[in-house]
Amino acid sequence: MKEFRYERPTDADSAVALLTDAPGAAYLGGGTNLVDLMKLGVAAPDLLVDVSRLPFEEVEETDGGGLRVGAAVRNSTLAARRMVRERYPIVSEALLSGASAQLRNAATVGGNLLQRTRCLYFQDVGKPCNKRRPGSGCPAREGVHRDLAILGASEHCVATHPSDLAVALAALDAMVHLVSAAGPRSLPLTELHRLPGDEPHRDTVLRHGELITAVELPPPVPEARSAYRKARDRASYAFALASVAAVLQVRGGMVHHVRIAFGALAARPWRARTAEEALLGQPATEEAFGEAVDRELAAARPLRDNGYKVPLARRLAVSVLTDLAAPDAGGQR
Amino acid sequence: MTTTKPLLGAPTARLEAREKVTGTARYATDYPTDRTAYAWPVPATVVRGEITAIDATAALADPAVLAVLSHQNAPRLRETDDPFVTVLQSPRINHRGQYVALAVATSLEAARAAAEAIRVTYRCEPHDVVLTPDHPGLYKPDEVGVGMPADREHGDFDTTYANARVRIDVVYETPALHNHPMEPHSATALWDGDELTVYDSNQDSSGVQQALARLFGLAADKVHVVNEHVGGGFGSKGSARAPVVLAAMAARTVRRPVKLALPRNQLAATIGYRAPTIQRIRVGADAEGHIHALAHELVTQTATVGEFVEFAAVPTRTMYHAPHSRTTHRVTRLDVPAPSWMRAPGECPGMFALESAMDELALACGLDPVELRLRNEPTVEPDTGLPYSSRHLVECLREGARRFGWHDRDARIATSREGRFLIGSGVAASTYPAFVMPSHAEAHAAADGGYEVRVSASDIGTGARTVLAQIAAEALGVPLDSVRVRVGSSDLPPASVAGGSSGTASWGWPVHKACTELRRRLAECGHAVPEQGITVAADIAEELDDREDFARHAFGAQFAEVQVDPVTGETRVRRLLGVFAAGRILNPRTARSQFIGGMTMGLGMALLEGSTMDREFGDYAERDLASYHVPACADVPEIDVHWIDEEDPHLNPMGSKGIGEIGIVGTAAAIANAVHHATGVRLRALPIHPDALLTRLADQLGLA
Ligand SMILES: Cc1cc2nc3c(=O)[nH]c(=O)nc-3n(C[C@H](O)[C@H](O)[C@H](O)COP(=O)(O)OP(=O)(O)OC[C@H]3O[C@@H](n4cnc5c(N)ncnc54)[C@H](O)[C@@H]3O)c2cc1C
Ligand code: SF4
Repeated sequence: MKEFRYERPTDADSAVALLTDAPGAAYLGGGTNLVDLMKLGVAAPDLLVDVSRLPFEEVEETDGGGLRVGAAVRNSTLAARRMVRERYPIVSEALLSGASAQLRNAATVGGNLLQRTRCLYFQDVGKPCNKRRPGSGCPAREGVHRDLAILGASEHCVATHPSDLAVALAALDAMVHLVSAAGPRSLPLTELHRLPGDEPHRDTVLRHGELITAVELPPPVPEARSAYRKARDRASYAFALASVAAVLQVRGGMVHHVRIAFGALAARPWRARTAEEALLGQPATEEAFGEAVDRELAAARPLRDNGYKVPLARRLAVSVLTDLAAPDAGGQR
Repeated sequence: MTTTKPLLGAPTARLEAREKVTGTARYATDYPTDRTAYAWPVPATVVRGEITAIDATAALADPAVLAVLSHQNAPRLRETDDPFVTVLQSPRINHRGQYVALAVATSLEAARAAAEAIRVTYRCEPHDVVLTPDHPGLYKPDEVGVGMPADREHGDFDTTYANARVRIDVVYETPALHNHPMEPHSATALWDGDELTVYDSNQDSSGVQQALARLFGLAADKVHVVNEHVGGGFGSKGSARAPVVLAAMAARTVRRPVKLALPRNQLAATIGYRAPTIQRIRVGADAEGHIHALAHELVTQTATVGEFVEFAAVPTRTMYHAPHSRTTHRVTRLDVPAPSWMRAPGECPGMFALESAMDELALACGLDPVELRLRNEPTVEPDTGLPYSSRHLVECLREGARRFGWHDRDARIATSREGRFLIGSGVAASTYPAFVMPSHAEAHAAADGGYEVRVSASDIGTGARTVLAQIAAEALGVPLDSVRVRVGSSDLPPASVAGGSSGTASWGWPVHKACTELRRRLAECGHAVPEQGITVAADIAEELDDREDFARHAFGAQFAEVQVDPVTGETRVRRLLGVFAAGRILNPRTARSQFIGGMTMGLGMALLEGSTMDREFGDYAERDLASYHVPACADVPEIDVHWIDEEDPHLNPMGSKGIGEIGIVGTAAAIANAVHHATGVRLRALPIHPDALLTRLADQLGLA
C-alpha cells in the first residue's frame, strides 16, 4: 500500500514548519483536486498537511474598505456572503459557475487557486506530459487539445488553468497573502501563476512550503459595473471553454476604468492589459470594445482544434462590455 | 380473493425503493465475505503488439499482495471469440486499455498499489484507430445485430433517385458514446470446491452463468450468478464482462473470495461502447413530399477481435413508405476497444440520421415536418411486407403536435428571439422493435396462503421486479403484497437478458402463464394447498413458435424547443415532449421514468456526449464523468411524457411493448432540428457543441 502521513496543525507556523525540509509533503485544502490526483497516481505526497482548518476562515472588511478572505474559506461560503454578493458580485458569479454544489462545499479558496490543469494527458500517468514528467513531451499539441490554451503557451505545454474564481480575482486586482519559512509576502494574483515557458511543471511562483493565507480585494471601484460570463458545453458542472470577468466604469460615454480577465485561454487567468490600455479614455462602444479585444487576441496562437476560442473569447468580452456600458441594462452592476 | 382495482396499469412504487434509498440494497461488491481479497486490473499502455515481459517483483514484495496474474500464469479459459471475457490468455495486445495483468491483495489499496508497480514490456506494432468514410478495411458483415441482413434492396433505388424531383443527399456522423452506468462493472467471486458463486453486476444472470460455465469448463448448475440489484447497464452489462471472469480466476488462484470493482477510468476501454457512425442518407421525393427512393448507407468500426456492427440503417427498413430503397452496413476492423450494445443500438444513431434527413426533406418540399411524416406513413412494413401488429405513429405525431403547440410556432428559420437567445423547435419520430425472448418462470402457492414467483430476470433499476409482481398478482387474482417475486439469480428458472426492451414481455409472459395455471389448479383443489405447496412451471417456447407473422414495433414522436446563445453558440433545451405508442403501459410510474431517462440520454447525445479517439495513443480520451459529459440537472428541462392507449392483441398476454429504449430514439434529431430552426445552421455531426455551432453561426448571422 502507498502510505502517507496526515497532519492537521492548528496554526500557520506549524503548517509551514511541517513542509519545510519535507520535499514530498503537500498542503491539503478540501482535497477535491489533490486527492483525485493521488488516486490517479499523478500526485504522490508522503505527507499531507491539512490546512483547511487553520484559522483562515474569516471574510472581513479591511481598514481600507476592501475585503480579506481567508484561504480556508469554502467556495460555497464565500459565494453566499452578502458582502461578497453585494460588493464583488463577480466573485460569487464565478464561484457559482464552477464545479458542483458538493465540490464547492468542500473546496477552499487556497485550493481553488492552486488546482491543477484538467489537461487529459496530465491526468494519465500512462502517457507523456511535460508538466507531470518534465522532458517527456507534450502530446496535447498534436492530440486532444480542444479545451487548451491559445495564449501564452509554449511548445512545451499548452495547458490552461481551470479556476473560475481566479479569473474574477484577476479582474478585481486581488492580492494574495503568503507565508513561508522566510516570512510573509504578498503578490498580485495576476503574478501568482506562471506561463509554462520551458518549465511547465512549475504552475506558480510559489516556493515549496509557501502557504496561501488570504486573498485581499481592494475596495470596489465606485460606479463601476462588473460581470462574469462563462461559456461551457454543459449548463453546469463543466469547466469553461472560455470565460470573461470584466469591470467597467464609464463617465460621459468614455471608458474611465476597465479591467478584463479571460479564463480558460492560458495557464493563468489572462488579464487583457493590451485591451484595457486601448480602451482607457475611449468611447464605450461596441466597436471600440471589439477593436481593443482584437488587439489583445492578436497574440493568440491556436492549435488545430481550439481556434474557436479566439472568436468565442472576443464575442464573450464584447458582449459583456457592451452590456456593462448600457446604462440601464438590468442585473449586473 | 379478488382485487378491486386492476393491478396492471397501476403506478406501483418500486418494491425495492426503500432498500435502495436507505442503502441496504446489495450490489455486486456489497456482499460480506470472509478473508476477502481485492483485485485491481492493469490496462495495456500500448495499442497493438505483444507483451514481451512482465515484472511483478516490486508488486509482490508487499506481503499484502497475494498474486499477480497475467497470461503467463492465469488459469486457462476455454476458447471463445468474445473479446470481453477472453482475458489474460495471450500476450497479444489488440487495443490500448486491454487487461494485461491483475493484482490481488488483502486490501483494495494494496491491490491498487501493486497494479501500479507491475512493469510490463511490449513489442509495439503500428496501429490504426481512426474511422474514415472510405477506410480501406471496410467490408460487408455477414449479418448485423441478431441475424439481420447487412444489406437490403427494394426496387430500383438508383434510377428512381436520379429521376426524383426533390433530392436530399447528406452525411450524418455520430461519435463514439459510452454507457457509463452509475455502478461500474463489478463482481465478487467465491469458489467452493468446483462450484462457483458470483455476485455480478450484469443484465443477464442466466447468460453470465452459461458464459462462466463455458469458460471454466463447468456444468452450468455448478455456477451461481446473483444480480439482485444492478446500478444500470444501458446494454454494457448485457453479457459477461471482464470483472466477473477476472474475479473468478483470481478467487480460484488465491483460494479466497475476491472482489473487483472497475475504476471509472477503465470503463471506456473494456466494457463496450456505441461505435461512431458515418451515415449517408439519400431521399428522392416528389414535390408533395412523397418518398420514392430512400437509401441509408452506414459506415462504422469494430475491433480486431469479435465483431459488433452498430446496425443504424435497420430502422429505415420500417419507418416510411419507400418503394425503392437501399439499406447497407459496412464495417472496418480497427485497433480499438470492442464496441457493443448501448441503449437502442442501431435505432438510436440511425434515427438521428433518418429523422434529420426528414427535416431537411420537409424544408426542401416546403412542408411542415409533421405533415411530411404523415404523408409517408406505410400500410405494411416496407422491408418485409408484413402488417404491423399495431402502429400509431400518426396518432403520436398529432397528439404531440397538439400538446406542444407545434402548429402555433413561427415556422420560419432563425426568426424567433427571446432576449439575446435564438429560439427554435423541432420534431422527430421514434421507433423500437417489440422483442420477446424465450424465458421460463415458476409460480408457487404456499400452504400459508402466500405466493412466490421465480424467474431469473434482471432488474437493472427499471422496476422490472415490481411490474412482474403486478403481472403475477393480477393473473392470480390476489393482492400485490401476497406475492413475493424472486429475480436476480441464475438458480431461478432461466430467463432472458434485460436488453432489447424485451424484459417485461419475455419474463412477464411465462410468469403470467404460470400464475394463470396456478390459479386454475388452486380453484380445482378448492384452495386446499398441501403442505409442500403447489408449484407450476411455465415457458413460452411454444407460444413464440406459434406466433403469427407481424411487424411488431413501438413508435413515438418527440418535440423539442431549444435556445441558442448567439454570442457563445451554447444550446440549451427548454422543453422536451415525448408521446409514445408502446402497447399497454403496465406501470405508469416506472414507465415514465424509463421514457424520461431515455430522452435525457438522447439530450446528452444531441448536445454533450462524445468520446474522442486519440490518434497517437489509441484510446478514448474522456474517461471520467468530469470530461465525458452526461446531462446535469441544469441541462434537463421539464420533460413531458404521454402515451397513446394502444390495444394490440398480437404481442403477449399483457399487451405490452418494451419501453426501455424508445425514449432515446429520435431525441437527438428533434433537438438538432430545433437548432436548425433556431439558427438556420444544420450541424450533421453530433454533439452540437458551442465551438461547432459558433463558427457556423457567425457566417449565418453575419456576425464577427
Ligand atoms: C468534476 C469537477 C468539476 C469542476 N469544475 C470546476 C469549474 O467549473 N470551475 C472551477 O473553478 N473549478 C472546478 N473544479 C475544481 C474545484 O474548484 C477544485 O477542485 C477546488 O477548488 C480545489 O480546492 P480544494 O480546497 O479542494 O483543493 P485541494 O485539492 O485540497 O488542493 C489543491 C492544491 O492546492 C494546494 N493548497 C490547498 N490549500 C493551500 C494553501 N492554503 N496554500 C498553499 N497551497 C494550498 C494543495 O497542496 C493542492 O496542490 C471542478 C472539480 C471537479 C472534480
Ligand atoms: S499541455 Fe501541458 S499538461 Fe497537457 S500534455 Fe502538454 S505538457 Fe502536459
